[in-house]
Amino acid sequence: MSFIEVVFAIAGLFGLFTGLAVAVLSLTWMERKTLARIQQRAGPSVVGPHGLLQPVADAMKLATKEDMIPNYADKLLFWMAPIFVAVPAFMIWIAIPFGDNLAVRVLDLGLLYLVAISGIGVVGLLMGGWASSSRYSMLGGLRAAAQLVSYEIPIVIVILSIAVLVQSLSLDAVIGGNTISIGDDTRDLPGQGAIPFAFIMPMGLLIFLIAGLAELGRTPFDIHHAESEVVGGPFVEYSGAHWAVFFLAEYLNTFVISALIVILFFGGWSWPAPPESLFGNDLSSTATNLIGGAWLMIKTYLVAIGIFWIRGTYPRLRIDQLMAFAWQVLIPLSFVNLVLIAIVLFYDWPLWVMTAVSLPIILGVGIAVQRRRGARGRPQTVRILRRSAGEIGVPMPPASTPVTDQVQAGG
Amino acid sequence: MTDPVATQIEDKFTYQASSEPGTVDMMVNMGPQHPATHGVFRMELRVDGEQIQDVVPHIGYLHRGSEKLCEHELYSQIITLFDRFDYVSNFNNELVIVSAVEKLMGVEPPPRAELIRIIMCEFNRIASHLLFYGTFAIDMGAITPVLYNFRDREKIQSLFESVSGARMMHNYFRVGGVKEDVKDDFTSRALALCDELERGVDETDKLLTENEIFVERTTGIGVISGEDALDWGLSGPVLRASGVPYDVRVDEPYSRYSELDFGIPVGSAGDCWDRFYLRILEARESLSIIRQAMALLEPGDTMAQIRRIARPPAGEVYAHCENPRGDLGVYIVSDGGERPYRLKVRPPSFCNLQALKDLTVGHYIADAVVILGTLDIVLGEVDR
Repeated sequence: MSFIEVVFAIAGLFGLFTGLAVAVLSLTWMERKTLARIQQRAGPSVVGPHGLLQPVADAMKLATKEDMIPNYADKLLFWMAPIFVAVPAFMIWIAIPFGDNLAVRVLDLGLLYLVAISGIGVVGLLMGGWASSSRYSMLGGLRAAAQLVSYEIPIVIVILSIAVLVQSLSLDAVIGGNTISIGDDTRDLPGQGAIPFAFIMPMGLLIFLIAGLAELGRTPFDIHHAESEVVGGPFVEYSGAHWAVFFLAEYLNTFVISALIVILFFGGWSWPAPPESLFGNDLSSTATNLIGGAWLMIKTYLVAIGIFWIRGTYPRLRIDQLMAFAWQVLIPLSFVNLVLIAIVLFYDWPLWVMTAVSLPIILGVGIAVQRRRGARGRPQTVRILRRSAGEIGVPMPPASTPVTDQVQAGG
Repeated sequence: MTDPVATQIEDKFTYQASSEPGTVDMMVNMGPQHPATHGVFRMELRVDGEQIQDVVPHIGYLHRGSEKLCEHELYSQIITLFDRFDYVSNFNNELVIVSAVEKLMGVEPPPRAELIRIIMCEFNRIASHLLFYGTFAIDMGAITPVLYNFRDREKIQSLFESVSGARMMHNYFRVGGVKEDVKDDFTSRALALCDELERGVDETDKLLTENEIFVERTTGIGVISGEDALDWGLSGPVLRASGVPYDVRVDEPYSRYSELDFGIPVGSAGDCWDRFYLRILEARESLSIIRQAMALLEPGDTMAQIRRIARPPAGEVYAHCENPRGDLGVYIVSDGGERPYRLKVRPPSFCNLQALKDLTVGHYIADAVVILGTLDIVLGEVDR
């Protein structure tokens, strides 16, 4: 590695770090504003114009707050847990492409790297949960472990389907397309500059979105830090800067899942129309890359808003329902997705066959989930009795008499 | 490293061997500062993994000795103490104490005052149920409905303010009537508010009950049969959800409820879903009661001609009314003085809370929160 490369790598890391910090601040502001709109509130509006500086004020408050460690905590693990969560969240971004061949480190095995790194975070949550010496933390940590490990599987299988589709593990190939030759047979595989994979693999997109939400621990899968049950889960004993690091990692992960949805299914940095058709061929590569990066960010923020919207709408699942959904619905579906794309590619069928088969499957599973309890989907167990119809108004039996028969007759 | 605090807590309970040999169940202390215990309720859960094996409830953190205090106050002053029992349905509480004293004294309040009381109580029932929908949704992890419901509850409270001068703790009902007549614009305001509330309740209905996750979380959770519910002495929505059509408003009509035609929602499953959905239907029935009562409202006196300081004859009386949370009763022993000799309250929240162990054992920790939410306790009333 030459000196220049080292300098570029360090500069890239600094740029990435700063950019991500700003991204996290903007995301917290956006989440609060989005939720406020949904909930008919104003949201942050005092610090700075439209409350834009609120995240900065929050960050300063957290940094200057007293950092408390419980007496009976396992101090080493307690200190290390936030690092184990935050470092992978940053490391993922090294491989994310912001333009054609433009990443802090362009990796040929980018998809593999993403999957590998994103699995580390759960260790930190488990460590934090154990080390805090609190029952709630421990329950939260164990919940996080069970949940994250289960939902890793559908994510990996969907990423594998994408890899099968482009015959490569490189993120550039996912966006820009790939040419492979097997023997004499040379074949051009599609990139998302041509057609976003969301249209080819709608089932994959849906699985990835749902499993991604679970991986983030966001509503409706936020069981590991459920406010009303385990009061913050692994984070319950953390305060000040330590808590801020957890918080940072959480938003970074939200951002990375949004970015991955965009990169895998909506064309990443690719433009809606080829840049040549808009500007001719005289656009410099720097300008192309800048606009590409902007496109990536716009799409990513839109997906992030969608995730915040879900948070403002849904209640939370219970842990057994959550696990059942992963193992009974998502994992089988993701395998169906993988097998389908493999068959389509093997027989060299056009790719719309994949879409045509996926859509009825999604619809069928959706209807099956809805119909388990009958056609209306919700229980019809409450009815209204009226006195004018002579259905109520009979005085209750005195407390001393056995009431069993009366109840059955009345109810 | 052993944790002396944890050991101390655990020593209080004998370790119970869990289903797996060589392990013990974990004690989880929930409350009194836990966000989902609706105040200062505390329960100790013995859990095997996430499954609850035993529940030990602890109450009394909000005990103020109200019943004893009542013995030292004039009957008109007791009304303010009743305001503070179930502090989200104040009017309903006031109605119980004033009707008990009226019963003891043989006073008949003017018809207009009775109707104003009914209208206020039913508005208060809706306000209380709105609060229930919101907090229950928060227990389930849905953060938005509570803000919609508070928006609507706020409108009810400003109506209360225009009538009684206070948003809560109204002290508006008097022995023999109400403090003063309603304002001139009351009828138009109340009717307009009814329409807004109808929309608000429909909105909650759509937002929550048509959500698959919500239905999945509530059906079949915390089931109690009608027999068990009666044996525990449950009342109100919790009892009716189990299929017992008991409502004081129709079974022992007080005030002018016998002139009004309204339905009583009754469940059949006795689970959390029934307890929730029943309250949605109940709010709609309350709106219909308000509209009927508004139609009956005619000009007239709002206060009976009685002594300023009530001095009921010596004797005993029991009066009870249908509160949003159930059957609130008060038993007064009078020695003929201007203060009660003894006053005993039958608080619905306290009685409903008794069934908690039956309901929760065998469910998950997350369900315990949901079940406690549907019991809809108010600690001010449980502890008094």
